[in-house]
Amino acid sequence: MALDNTDVEKIAHLARLQISESDTLEVAQRISNILNMIDQMQNVDTSQVAPMAHPFDATQRLRPDVVTETNQRDQYQKIAPATQDGLYLVPKVIE
Amino acid sequence: MLSKTVAELATALAKKEVSSVELTQAYLDRIAQLNPALNAYVTTTPELALSQAAAADAQRAAGNATPFTGIPVAHKDIFCTRDVLTACGSRMLANFTSPYDACVVERLQSAGAVMLGKTNMDEFAMGSSNESSYFGAVHNPWDQDRVPGGSSGGSAAAVAADLCAIATGTDTGGSIRQPASFCGITGLKPTYGRVSRWGMIAFASSLDQAGPLSKSAEDAALMMNVIAGADARDSTCLDIPAEDFSAQLNQPLTGLRIGLPREHFSDGLSSQVQEILQLAIKTLESLGATVKTVELPNNHLSVPAYYVIAPAEASANLSRFDGARFGYRCENPVNLEDMYKRSRGEGFGDEVKRRIMVGTYALSAGYYDAYYKQAQKIRRLIKQDFDTAFKDVDLILGPTSPHTAFKLGEKNSDPVTMYLEDIYTIAVNLAGLPGISLPAGMLGGLPIGMQLVGPALSESRLLNVAHQFQLNTDWHTQRPEV
Repeated sequence: MALDNTDVEKIAHLARLQISESDTLEVAQRISNILNMIDQMQNVDTSQVAPMAHPFDATQRLRPDVVTETNQRDQYQKIAPATQDGLYLVPKVIE
Repeated sequence: MLSKTVAELATALAKKEVSSVELTQAYLDRIAQLNPALNAYVTTTPELALSQAAAADAQRAAGNATPFTGIPVAHKDIFCTRDVLTACGSRMLANFTSPYDACVVERLQSAGAVMLGKTNMDEFAMGSSNESSYFGAVHNPWDQDRVPGGSSGGSAAAVAADLCAIATGTDTGGSIRQPASFCGITGLKPTYGRVSRWGMIAFASSLDQAGPLSKSAEDAALMMNVIAGADARDSTCLDIPAEDFSAQLNQPLTGLRIGLPREHFSDGLSSQVQEILQLAIKTLESLGATVKTVELPNNHLSVPAYYVIAPAEASANLSRFDGARFGYRCENPVNLEDMYKRSRGEGFGDEVKRRIMVGTYALSAGYYDAYYKQAQKIRRLIKQDFDTAFKDVDLILGPTSPHTAFKLGEKNSDPVTMYLEDIYTIAVNLAGLPGISLPAGMLGGLPIGMQLVGPALSESRLLNVAHQFQLNTDWHTQRPEV
């Protein structure tokens, strides 16, 4: 599977990654090489095999629905890029 | 003194031949002297270490010592450490001081261990050479022109160069075992779910597992006794009773059945590495083991399946790094999308961005069945190969890596070349099994490791075999001249 520049731009947008125009071609080539290696899988007949999401097919444990976390907002916000009045500041979303 | 194992240091501390403060200061001095060349540590915490050491000495004086009381350790910089920089090899987290300790860090601290600092690693643990670190490559103490392996390269180099007594690492596709092999030390990747992932920065959540990088199998068992065990904060952590991993170390190997996978001893492996492994096998046979050939017919599919599953999980896990709440934020974002894209574009390195994009592509509409679902099916085939093999043998033995440590820059040009480095280790993660790498010989002045793989939860058996091997060989006691 070979990707072109348009594919890379689309994937980069989905992943919210800025890739500079000058890098796009190289990124496309390298990802295409990776996909070619991955494509070895496509020749394997797996029609009778169930997908395995977890090494031991385990399911998520449940716990009682009680509050166990304490409020540590001030401590968490000490390391934030920008906060005000206990809120995280980001660029304006609504014009 | 600094080349001693944890077990030996614990004895020296108990006999009052040395105090933890003296020992800690000696390691700090050696780090100050050698780290500028090796770059194994990205952060050192001398004040914290000396205060923990003083507390450990007081603890011992009060008669409350554990085997880890006062032992200086290093943590891979993927483990969150409270109020200490936790950068995960990335510009994205270069300013991140964690508000809490990872479970592994917490447990070692409770056992009295002293934290010397945080070790260098491939960015977000994505790499096999430690060259993708934002903080520069680590140099292999055996030959500073060579890589230490990755992604736990800083931890492996620190243990090998006696810059700590033992270190923590993580292994998603070989990241404990391959650097252990390249640096001539012992590295254990436990069964998936043995050790809590809480506070360990996530790469691929169905594969990631923490474990020790140590100077001996005996030390790895000692660390496992501290870090393994149920933790309600990680829902994938196995809820099973605690185990004494040291209890079986001295069992004789009589009757041990070892499988040699045909696929691990084929064309890709040099005759010199084959010879080293054959000698190691003879040693184990002389201790009572028998060997037979086994088949892992889908092993060649482990690298392709892994490079769908791991990037897919990474693309989801790394979506949390968005510049909003912590970590790197770009300068003057014009709107929210610009903030996300530029913070991530500038904060992540090339390899991390590639893997996020491969994962995003594999999960995107129209491609999910062909990539992600097919990879999960192949994952089951790989697991079934091991299940079949373990009907006939107790463990599997083979190389950890196809060769000794390679030169810095040698495999940088093509990501796929680097990915194939992990051809013997990746299947073990996909199947969730425990694996250990231990020094088996030297080739051209460089160490070469042998990998033992066992069924789920067989760590005690692997450590037993590794310990018996180390009682009868001295590869693990060889140290580089740094």
